[in-house]
Amino acid sequence: MHTRTLAQLAGDLRARRFSATELTRHLLGRLERLGGELNAFITVTAEQALAQAAAADRRLAKDEATPLTGIPLAHKDIFCTAGVKTSCGSRMLDNFIAPYDATVVERLANAGAVMLGKTNMDEFAMGSSNETSFYGPVRNPWNHALVPGGSSGGSAAAVAARIAAAATATDTGGSIRQPAALSGITGLKPTYGRVSRYGMIAFASSLDQAGVLTQTAEDAALLLEVMAGFDARDSTSLDEPVPRYSQLIGEPWDNVTIGVPESFFDDGLEPDNAAAVRAALAELEKLGAKLKSIELKYIHLSVPAYYVVAPAEASSNLSRFDGVRFGHRAEPPVGDFQGSRAAGEDLTTFYMRNRGEGFGAEVKRRILTGTYVLSAGYFDAYYLQAQKARKLISDDFARAFRDVDFVAGPTTPSPAFKLGEKASDPIAMYLNDIYTIGANLAGLPAISIPCGFVRNLPVGLQLVAPPLAEGRLLKVAHHFQRATDWHARIPPSYA
Amino acid sequence: MQWEIVIGLEIHAQLATRSKIFSGASTTYGAAPNSQASLVDLGYPGVLPVLNAEAITMAVRFGLATNCEIARRSVFARKNYFYPDLPKGYQISQYELPIVHGGSVEVVLEDGSTRTVNIVRAHLEEDAGKSLHEDFAGMSGIDLNRAGTGLLEIVSAPDLRSAAEAGAYMRKIHALVRYLGICDGNMQEGSFRCDANVSVRPRGEAKLGTRTELKNLNSFRFVEKAIEIEAARQIELIDGGGKVLQETRLYDPDRDETRPMRSKEEANDYRYFPDPDLLPVVVDERLIADVRASLPELPDAKRERFIRDYALPAYDAQVLTVERALADYFEAVAKRTKATPKIAANWVMGELTGALNREGLEIGATRVSAAALAALLDKITAGTISGKIAKEVFEALWTDGRRGEGLVDEIIEKRGLTQISDSSLIDKLVAEVIAANPAQVEQVRAGKQQVLGFLVGQVMKASRGKANPQQVNEALRKQLGLP
Repeated sequence: MHTRTLAQLAGDLRARRFSATELTRHLLGRLERLGGELNAFITVTAEQALAQAAAADRRLAKDEATPLTGIPLAHKDIFCTAGVKTSCGSRMLDNFIAPYDATVVERLANAGAVMLGKTNMDEFAMGSSNETSFYGPVRNPWNHALVPGGSSGGSAAAVAARIAAAATATDTGGSIRQPAALSGITGLKPTYGRVSRYGMIAFASSLDQAGVLTQTAEDAALLLEVMAGFDARDSTSLDEPVPRYSQLIGEPWDNVTIGVPESFFDDGLEPDNAAAVRAALAELEKLGAKLKSIELKYIHLSVPAYYVVAPAEASSNLSRFDGVRFGHRAEPPVGDFQGSRAAGEDLTTFYMRNRGEGFGAEVKRRILTGTYVLSAGYFDAYYLQAQKARKLISDDFARAFRDVDFVAGPTTPSPAFKLGEKASDPIAMYLNDIYTIGANLAGLPAISIPCGFVRNLPVGLQLVAPPLAEGRLLKVAHHFQRATDWHARIPPSYA
Repeated sequence: MQWEIVIGLEIHAQLATRSKIFSGASTTYGAAPNSQASLVDLGYPGVLPVLNAEAITMAVRFGLATNCEIARRSVFARKNYFYPDLPKGYQISQYELPIVHGGSVEVVLEDGSTRTVNIVRAHLEEDAGKSLHEDFAGMSGIDLNRAGTGLLEIVSAPDLRSAAEAGAYMRKIHALVRYLGICDGNMQEGSFRCDANVSVRPRGEAKLGTRTELKNLNSFRFVEKAIEIEAARQIELIDGGGKVLQETRLYDPDRDETRPMRSKEEANDYRYFPDPDLLPVVVDERLIADVRASLPELPDAKRERFIRDYALPAYDAQVLTVERALADYFEAVAKRTKATPKIAANWVMGELTGALNREGLEIGATRVSAAALAALLDKITAGTISGKIAKEVFEALWTDGRRGEGLVDEIIEKRGLTQISDSSLIDKLVAEVIAANPAQVEQVRAGKQQVLGFLVGQVMKASRGKANPQQVNEALRKQLGLP
């Protein structure tokens, strides 16, 4: 049951091969058995899942089902879920029960999807290995000594280990695509604004975008057509019609030109990883695509620009976590009376203790960096320069898309690395996102699909498309997946 | 040395939108603490601001009324600082690109001269909540009902030269925002308040002195007092060889002094940057044209028209046009009554305003309608009652409160207040008064004109105020054989 794709499960449920309740029970069983060793979930909502499954079964019986009715999903713990703890991987929100549903959660629930639980993640989505989580690291289902990627590590591991049929995730600098590549699954980051950010705890508002981690591009299409679309509660959401992606991807293969930036294949990329990506590109050529060498002149600025813009926005976005209205409030010092200020604690100390205890090291590093780059006297040299670089990178892509339909290359410089290997070297960690960050800075849709193995570990091919071209992106990925079986490989202990 | 005081005001006008500027929560004043704060106002994780379109229209109204430029594209920024009544840890405001900039208003000063005050900019922003430091024994209470309420911050150039000028300018803006319907102007509730930047310099000096900022002045009187006190403090300081420090100060009306709040060194670095949650505000030509077409007649134009069309003195026209509702009331009376507009103005500025002030009512809550007042004035003009009796009728109308114009006749009749114009009756009363006051009659005949007034008074008294004073005067002169 668990090895079936979301699209197959939708068919199975309609054909009454098994019920949504049976499917949910089966996956909850796997979650209980396997979730612990992977540490993929922060919260399991078994009771709620079974109630949703029962409702889905009633809907299926009345033939009022959508393709997502009865499909068990996992939500990244960055999405607010009414009545359920929403921690964002942080001690700061360990006690936070969200009073409302994020738009993404609401739309999927309305379509009849079942929520199994909330997945582990890097604290406030800041990380590329899932090691910054307050709840401990997630392990890679292909090898428990390795990281699954981040920040959506729990969602990636849950899908790769076939515990959830699919999972929601978010991508600010690669947090969907990088764990997809390192865990051997499909990860789609839509165009900025395609999916509402309402109810998604903000990291860097101008870069954050919700998307999905799935087994296949077809599964991603089924989810995106429900999640996407204008939301009056998010001013940056795009008021554009949502195509029927799941139908569109089956349409015939058209004249496609794929641009390949040669700079993506330089010394930073592991040779075996490069070979796998080259082979995948050759496969696409065999399927009818034209390959074209292109230049992205300013793409080398993406990591430095990103590590100015994202922390700047984060430093402001995370100011609301002060322990006044919700979230972590430090115990008053010994001898203090009810934490009162009369006992000698001033406001600054109160904030410092709440935030000092509530946030982990990587979050603090980014808040400090962000505060610095926005400060008087540094704003022009850092924030404004970074915005200029961002514009140059956007223009680079726009120029490329005059000649090509997609820009393709590796998703990551190497397959999954060891837990702890880069944890003490932030720069090495940041460089893991070198190929993915550009799409966030330019607001473009991008997908990572499994394209081979290096040392028995999966690696990903990344395709980036022009704004709102998710349909074409999913179509290319779908055609590739019909011709290959990399995406169908399951980590041996989870088959 | 001759000193010149230089003042610029930053006025905060709370927008009269029904809901907040970035959330759907109500802006009604006085609700139970934190009962009008939505998840957006509380700064909950994951929520996002959505701009209230009405706030844009209101800012454009103000801009057009003050001959400002309307920015076709303006940007909301985040002003970052920590305080418990600022839920998000930042205030959404406009910084580099405000929606309105570069205009002016004409202010009429007490001596009748006018001064042009330039408006540097007016920008939209959200208000913070309130911190309540009393009643919580060693702790502070936070009320976030006000958090997220829309404000228009109106920044003047340092064009004002005295406390009185600052007061006149503030009154001018106050009248304007109420005319435009963009702010209720309620200063007690904090809907209209200002910060004053004050500096002094030797007269003739071009360079500005070091300024201090006086925070949160919420009445016209406090603005004037605070500026006077602060300017005097600065002058005394400099005269004594000291230096003014750039700092924020608070005015304490109880002790009538200003004292430092925080200095420049302690000032926050607000780390402004464009708010990525909000799109730039785009104002197109159509919106501007629509707003322009919907602008009401503004105080300056109305004042000029009152002087021209009703032949009112400038002072009367000024007083009557401060408030749109008062001006409308006056016009309704003037148009209905046969009395002259000046008489109508006297009654509106005198009896009516007096009665309203006495009971602390707004003009909208008047207990004497314009129609009733017009009917009353008609009675004076027709000679049915005297002006003095009319005041008595006015009070009766006010107490009755039924507002109907028919009431005027009813009251006059019921109380038997109709003026006595019957000449035989007046002649009889006059004859009685002459007979009863031989000494005074003697004095009048000897040329003491002012004693005639005493005799008129005696006749009026005998008629219980109802005799036509003009006729009484004539009858007295005739019977005494005066010219």
